[in-house]
Amino acid sequence: MIGIVLLVAIVAFGFWFVGVYNSLISLRNQVFNAWKQIDVQLKRRHDLIPNLVETVKGAMNFEKGTLESVIAARNQAIAATSGTTSLPTAGQVQATAAAEGQLSSSLSKLFAVVEAYPDLKATSNVAQLQEELTSTENKIAFARQLYNDQATVYNTRQQQFPGSIVAGFAKATPAELWEITDASEREVVKVDLSLTDKK
Amino acid sequence: MSDEVNLFAQQEANRRRSRWLVIGFILFFAWLGFGGDVIWWLSTSNNAPESYHHVFPWLGVLLTGLGAIMAKYSYATGPKNILKSTGAREIVDAQTPQERQLVNVVEEMSVASGITKPHVWIVDDPDPNAFATGHDESDSNIAVTQGLLAALSRDELQAVVGHEMGHIKNLDVKLMTLLAALVGAVTLIADGVGRMMFYGGGRGGRSRSNDSDSKSGSNPLVILLFVVWIISWILAPLITRLLAMGVSRKREYLADAMSAQFTRNPIALASALTKIESASAPTTSIKGGAAHLCIADPLGRALNGSEGKMAELFGTHPPMATRIARLKQMGYEQSAHAIPGSEAAPISVPSTARVRAT
Repeated sequence: MIGIVLLVAIVAFGFWFVGVYNSLISLRNQVFNAWKQIDVQLKRRHDLIPNLVETVKGAMNFEKGTLESVIAARNQAIAATSGTTSLPTAGQVQATAAAEGQLSSSLSKLFAVVEAYPDLKATSNVAQLQEELTSTENKIAFARQLYNDQATVYNTRQQQFPGSIVAGFAKATPAELWEITDASEREVVKVDLSLTDKK
Repeated sequence: MSDEVNLFAQQEANRRRSRWLVIGFILFFAWLGFGGDVIWWLSTSNNAPESYHHVFPWLGVLLTGLGAIMAKYSYATGPKNILKSTGAREIVDAQTPQERQLVNVVEEMSVASGITKPHVWIVDDPDPNAFATGHDESDSNIAVTQGLLAALSRDELQAVVGHEMGHIKNLDVKLMTLLAALVGAVTLIADGVGRMMFYGGGRGGRSRSNDSDSKSGSNPLVILLFVVWIISWILAPLITRLLAMGVSRKREYLADAMSAQFTRNPIALASALTKIESASAPTTSIKGGAAHLCIADPLGRALNGSEGKMAELFGTHPPMATRIARLKQMGYEQSAHAIPGSEAAPISVPSTARVRAT
């Protein structure tokens, strides 16, 4: 009798163990996929920037500094997004986040400047590019949101008892959340309206 | 109510409630079919060995089979028919800035929800509305009316698309098609039998009552069950419909909460709903078949507007005022949490300022 109870208990434990193990693996792959999604969107942004720069260059000769900082930030961001084949390490997440943060803030500065040139803004090309970049920025934000959500679910599953027992066997380690590392990114971008007067 | 302000808590609550409604629906459906078999079995079990014994549950199997066939048929042809009946056209290559923005917004929401980008359709109707249809996450369609594009801002459009994306992600298309088919099967049989009784006149009825007379000697409980079963069948078209509508309303709340999860901007959906609500004209080009997948009921807006008990029971959509109130609650909940420094928390808005369209 005791033997049967023991056997049932062992079999039940086995099922539970395999279930938790597999769910951890599939969660890890989802986190990885979400991370790759960020990469895809970042690449799109990197590809769009040369277009934007080309379009506004002629009209904004004397805003060279702003344009150059955008280009520099883009090149840095491309260097930071090196292809990863497994879950990103803490360092990789932070490096990518920092470089992209830099790019985001230099881009918003550029947009703020574009706002000051009504003629430039009115050309359909710029309007279209702006919509594309808006959309890409949104997609990056959403991809990060999805990544953070998935990573949180994954981390919670690993840490909660009794799943935490299985986590060791599945070689599950907490995934790094995408945090804001650049202090300037936390700030609201200031639009300097005095620019129009200088013109 | 007070414990449902958070959007994830609201999602969970709505999932739980619609699960219970679906279970109730299935149990009622089983009672109509297999319940009848049990009664029949009980009433024939004391018969003489050589007379008929009801052993195989023919009623249940027939009803379930009919429901399954109808579900399969309407599921296979549904999305195509719905899109066709609304006269929607697919945007393959976006031309106008408006179309491009719509495609972009749909792409954004598919990134946020992590599902394959649906096909994008536009319905030439001046009334603001939108619906989703399709088979699963990898083969889905989102259609919006021209009126919606004209009336909403980019953020609001995003929120509405997020709502439709929520329907797709929750497999609501499958669920509601199934429920509609089961309601159809029950109504068909109830109608058919009712008509047979009516035209067949006394004979069918008499033979039935003779049957039950012979049973009455054996067991009053069986008679009681039989009477309850017959009443169930008379009320079945109504009850199954009410249950299906109940599920539909819970899924609407759920899709609202999903939209809030994807955009982290429930206030945008609230203001979009306000705008849609204020447009009085019904969406004539969207027929009843797709009503439960729209952002707002295309037919009974007056019904949904009133907060009366009838609207509560028969609407495919919950009252707008309640939806907007819940969204505002979510918005408040978020703004209360989004204190500087908490950006890393996964619930808050990613803080890189989203560049807004100008």
